[in-house]
Amino acid sequence: MSSEIITGLYVFLLAGFVGFEVIRRVSPLLHTPLMSLTNALDAIAVVGAIVIAGEHKSTLSTVLGSLAVAASISNVVGGFLITDRMLKMFKTTKTKKS
Amino acid sequence: MNPPLMSEQVIQVIYLVASVLFILSLKWMSSPATATRGVRAGEIGMALAIGGTLLYHGIVDYRFVAIALVVGTIIGIPLGLVHMTAVPQRTALSHAFGAFSVTLVGTAEFYLRTPNVSPFMMSVLSMEVILGSLTFTGSLMAAGKLQEVLPQRPITFKGQNIVNLSILAVAVAVAVVLVFHPERASLFPLIILMPLIFGVMMIVPIGGADMPTVISLLNSYAGLSAAAMGFALDSKLLIIAGALDGSSGFILSVIMSKAMNRSFTNVLFGAFGQVQASAAAQGEARTVKTATAEEAAGILGAANSVVIVPGYGLAVAQAQHKVRELFEALIKRGVNVKFGIHPVAGRMPGHMNVLLAEADIPYDRLLDMDAINPEFPETDVVLIIGANDVTNPAARTDQSSPIYGMPILDVDKARTIMVIKRGMSPGFAGIDNELYYMDKTLMLFGDARKFVGDIVRELGGAGGHG
Repeated sequence: MSSEIITGLYVFLLAGFVGFEVIRRVSPLLHTPLMSLTNALDAIAVVGAIVIAGEHKSTLSTVLGSLAVAASISNVVGGFLITDRMLKMFKTTKTKKS
Repeated sequence: MNPPLMSEQVIQVIYLVASVLFILSLKWMSSPATATRGVRAGEIGMALAIGGTLLYHGIVDYRFVAIALVVGTIIGIPLGLVHMTAVPQRTALSHAFGAFSVTLVGTAEFYLRTPNVSPFMMSVLSMEVILGSLTFTGSLMAAGKLQEVLPQRPITFKGQNIVNLSILAVAVAVAVVLVFHPERASLFPLIILMPLIFGVMMIVPIGGADMPTVISLLNSYAGLSAAAMGFALDSKLLIIAGALDGSSGFILSVIMSKAMNRSFTNVLFGAFGQVQASAAAQGEARTVKTATAEEAAGILGAANSVVIVPGYGLAVAQAQHKVRELFEALIKRGVNVKFGIHPVAGRMPGHMNVLLAEADIPYDRLLDMDAINPEFPETDVVLIIGANDVTNPAARTDQSSPIYGMPILDVDKARTIMVIKRGMSPGFAGIDNELYYMDKTLMLFGDARKFVGDIVRELGGAGGHG
């Protein structure tokens, strides 16, 4: 195994651990926005798709890459948009009166 | 340093910044006060990462990328504007899109590299494509069930698990062959096709009420497939984002499965949805006490403290706004009103909170199960709207009950209990609810929205708006 793979595994495990610790603390109140947010963040796969589509190495890879870019970016746009809309609805008794 | 190498390093630094922003983004989701900042951090991180990627010198043709970005944005906007009741199916659909994207990239990578694919590369590509394709069809099925274009009823047949696992086993076996013989490119479509079928088969036996667990689990799979893609592309940013999403989905599935009284292995192996409607206790016709809207309004108005327990039935009846009026009318009379929310009250984790927040109910009044349970003994009146099994005391007391052990809202400890219900039909698990026969329980039969509206009118409250 190359050192790149090992580094990748370290990153994966540490990020997974950070994820557990951070997400455990998210209030159940916000579990739905949490899911739509992680969904938008997960669409970071778009960076891989952009490279595949833009490198233009073969027709197949360009077509698949472009479709992947479109699918991912729709998650980015839709995910952030709906998370934002949901969070705007959460008001406290105080902010509601003001 | 030559320019391409320098820009490469700049991109890596940008990705590092984006990774930090993603983690902060999730950290800030811990409370509603900082959550908006969390979304901003995520947006900035995403914009930086996409911008940085566009700088990559290997990109020779921007035309298709540009078209795809525009088309994706056009698709994404309406998906961000759906109604709040439709958020669960939107979420399932976006899992499908994410998984679709990951599968396509994995497929493109394979055909660009074959026949020279290292065993490690082939392993991660297989994982990426298998997880991606099963999440794709699985999520589409889940979205279809939630949107009710597919039957919500679980469809089961004998030997289902064996058939399903065999389909998946074929995919894994083919992947193993490919790891050792990556030149056999004609086998590759099988590791897409088999998981696609598996994804459908996995969701077929699952009923509508189990969707919160399923969505969370698919969320986790989508994250893991993205992480596998990160390994394939050697992108730390993708590995991190995938790991975060994967652990988020995992945590939510554990919470949901606990709240539904399933062990986690039970969930992992797709056996959920097989809640046996064990011989629905067809008891003797027992008597219940009923009350009218007028009587209910009198009791609520005279109380010091009221806890409203909403279930999904409330959203089905579109009663959120009427409930808000009731909330305001009672607050105006000086009644302390809170909401007790069970983890599986909606169609996905946290869904009920969003529905109530949308109806303008302040979130500091929305309490989760652990926070509200100690308060029930001090509560004058509990008003249950559209919830059933999550209030059944049999979960605590009756070892023979199929829901025994399930964490419930201890509404039976309150002084008076009122239940708005269409009729005496049993809940999802097909079991009778002891609560309804208690001396201090009043049944309010009727449509939730109309009944709450009648109570509000009796209270002379909030005026006719909304």
